[in-house]
Amino acid sequence: MGDHHHGPAQGISRWLFTTNHKDIGTMYLWFSFAMFLLGGFFAMVIRAELFQPGMQLVEPGFFNQMTTLHGLVMVFGAIMPSFVGLANWLIPMMIGAPDMALPRMNNWSFWILPPAFLMLASTLFMEGGAPAFGWTFYAPLSTTYAAPSVTFFIFAIHILGVSSIMGSINIIATVMNMRAPGMTYMKMPLFVWTWLITAFLLVAVMPVLAGAVTMMLMDIHFGTSFFSAAGGGDPVLFQHIFWFFGHPEVYIIILPAFGVVSQIIPAFSRKPLFGYASMVYATASIAFLSFIVWAHHMYTVGMPIAGELFFMYATMLIAVPTGVKVFNWISTMWRGALSFETPMLFCIGFLILFTLGGFTGLMLSIAPADFQYHDTYFVVAHFHYVMVAGAVFSMTAAVYYWLPKWCGRMYNEAMGKTHFWISFIGFNITFFPQHFVGLAGMPRRIPDYALQFADFNMMSSIGAFIYGASQLLFLYNVVATIVAGKPVSDEKVWDGAEGLEWTVPTPAPYHTFEEPPLVPKPAGTI
Amino acid sequence: MGKRVSGLTLAFLSPLSVAQNQVNMSPGVTEIGADIFELHMLIMWICVVIGIAVFAVMFYSMYAHRKSKGHQAAQFHESTKVEVAWTVVPFLILIAMAVPATSTLLEVYDNDEAELDILITGYQWKWKYEYLDESGEPVAFFSNLATPQEEIYNTAHKGDNYLLEVDEPLVLPTNTKVRFLITANDVIHSWWVPEIAVKRDAIPGFINEAWTRVPEEGIYRGQCTELCGAYHGFMPVEVHAVSRPEFDAWMAAKRGAAAAESQLAMQTLAVDDLMDKGKAVYDSACLACHGAQGEGGIGNAIAGSAVVLGDLSSHMAVVAKGVSGTAMQAFGGQLSDVDMAAVLTYQRNAFGNNTGDVVQPGDVTGIKNG
Repeated sequence: MGDHHHGPAQGISRWLFTTNHKDIGTMYLWFSFAMFLLGGFFAMVIRAELFQPGMQLVEPGFFNQMTTLHGLVMVFGAIMPSFVGLANWLIPMMIGAPDMALPRMNNWSFWILPPAFLMLASTLFMEGGAPAFGWTFYAPLSTTYAAPSVTFFIFAIHILGVSSIMGSINIIATVMNMRAPGMTYMKMPLFVWTWLITAFLLVAVMPVLAGAVTMMLMDIHFGTSFFSAAGGGDPVLFQHIFWFFGHPEVYIIILPAFGVVSQIIPAFSRKPLFGYASMVYATASIAFLSFIVWAHHMYTVGMPIAGELFFMYATMLIAVPTGVKVFNWISTMWRGALSFETPMLFCIGFLILFTLGGFTGLMLSIAPADFQYHDTYFVVAHFHYVMVAGAVFSMTAAVYYWLPKWCGRMYNEAMGKTHFWISFIGFNITFFPQHFVGLAGMPRRIPDYALQFADFNMMSSIGAFIYGASQLLFLYNVVATIVAGKPVSDEKVWDGAEGLEWTVPTPAPYHTFEEPPLVPKPAGTI
Repeated sequence: MGKRVSGLTLAFLSPLSVAQNQVNMSPGVTEIGADIFELHMLIMWICVVIGIAVFAVMFYSMYAHRKSKGHQAAQFHESTKVEVAWTVVPFLILIAMAVPATSTLLEVYDNDEAELDILITGYQWKWKYEYLDESGEPVAFFSNLATPQEEIYNTAHKGDNYLLEVDEPLVLPTNTKVRFLITANDVIHSWWVPEIAVKRDAIPGFINEAWTRVPEEGIYRGQCTELCGAYHGFMPVEVHAVSRPEFDAWMAAKRGAAAAESQLAMQTLAVDDLMDKGKAVYDSACLACHGAQGEGGIGNAIAGSAVVLGDLSSHMAVVAKGVSGTAMQAFGGQLSDVDMAAVLTYQRNAFGNNTGDVVQPGDVTGIKNG
């Protein structure tokens, strides 16, 4: 059927009208990196203000706008689209499909993102300022007491949700229908598995988020009282709805990261992934559990004791499948032939720091102890260990790992390793002391703090500037690779890499697998 | 457990109860605080032990199984036995953690048989405390941040209790089971004092319960822990735990002051008195939004404001009833008639608003009664 072998169109129309999964993946990746820098800039403003006690640079209200936009941009603009970009590039190549199942929708799901973020960022210049109620936007602070820009925020969230839902439907349709003959479910690379499960999570919870913001819209403009006790509603209802979305959301972020790590660790251990089947089952268990633990974000709202106990026990259970994953990765390394190129370094960084974040997660699950941890910097440290050292480190590993395949050029290894070490050290200087100030009693989302927290906050700010600056090195390395990297032409760029994407030429041609490939052997064997 | 706890806590209870560069949770002074601290340490040590074991294996592998040393990769990739083992063993460890966690939680939720009830209401950005079950003149007051703006904006040296000090602290009797009923007037706040291990969200329209029994006299400080708007970082909690006799004396003095205040409302006050009191009320209630010089900020400017320079009863209506849909609260329920008269007088004469109007408490009562 597909008999026209053509390359990309010329000029801007290539990008505007493209239905090619590689082009769309590229756009997603660049867009998410731009958002990563924007969200990172907001973080730098936050850390600069917190460098010393006292108000120096910004006003408290603007500080809240910064924390809010930092969270929203990083979660919805940087991390989620980056993994969608990765899915676009890799899923068709990993399952032997010529493209995504729904290519036009694919174009649309990307192109509605930039206007949504433009609108969100434009709220900074509106009267009353940008949203200043935290990325969790609890009512009634985000309804009755919000600046008028909240309406634009609601619209932006709707668009992001539509984009995510379309992207996930596309991934589900692709994985279910377009696998090459012989590519059974239990032969799929783990990255495809984690994304398939993630896509189901997205389809399940993004409409819930849309419901939450729609109810806000009604409360603000149409006189309803979903979240106002004065009219018979309940502010806590908002939190239940938000976290019914929000908890699966954190697994939406981390499951594809698990998938990436499960591809890269075997490659640089030169040994198949240990416990492939148990990895699949653990991923599915985590996804299931993510739906029944949401109220652990709300231990202090005054739930009945039965609720507290249920959510505590269910949350603790997540440690089991997560532990299985960590044990499997380490067993994969055990007695392998390890080498430590940049992607592997980032994966090992992920493994160590994500596990630390998992431990603090377990501590936070203990409801009575959470009364002391809740909404302190201990929580901030915890979720940055899983979001940054988890999702962002694994995403960075992915870029270094697949970039040579994408552009046919090798990145500068010394610069890559330097990037890793500066990131790793900068990250820990930033976030490790936040455990201390949190336990010592510093609440999160405050623009100024008591004097006993001063030293650790200064340390944290210095670390943040280091970590932030290291990302510019990353940008430089990637651009330099694309423009003038050393050409590579081996199909298998890495000697230990396994999977169909390493059977196509390097750089990957515009169209791959127009003829379905032969799937030779089950995943997990060599 | 109680005795062991008090021994532990003595070491932590410095007069200021702040430790520079504290790295761990404080066990606090209450029994529950100590239980939570022990639970926290237990879980942390279990994690540390597991972490050391797991990372030791990983680092050994990174050292011994390097390709650069010529190590050949083995090809094993599954073992049902170890998979079952590392599913079951963590599960058993979790059960061991859940047992003490459950019993501590049940303790935290035991709100029965309180000897004193205190209603805590969160406002943007201050706390209101009302002592409920005492007969006689009701005792209720607001507790505002006492740290001066000059310290916050770095023009004055920051004191030891920077941002953790209030004008009127909550006073509790020691060795008394106190029940807190916690709610909010506007947005969600959260009332937290780490040293007594109480944190509960203050939710508008709903009342949450929490309790404490403070065994030792002392000053315990905390903060609002739920983002509640621009000045979320500036609404501290300060609790003074005092002996029962001292508490009773304090309560009597409070009642006396309340009675004197209602006497004052009957009188005609001097302009200077009204202006002095008005400035105090303005600084605690209005300044955060309207600025130290009435220049505005979150709220509109007071200096030259048409509302302030205009008709008195509409000026008072805005202050008393607030402006719906904005951050302007209804101060009618927060200010006494004397305070209201004083702050209206102050606003109409300060910041260049030289109207010359003097508002007396009687005028306020008059407008209220139509």
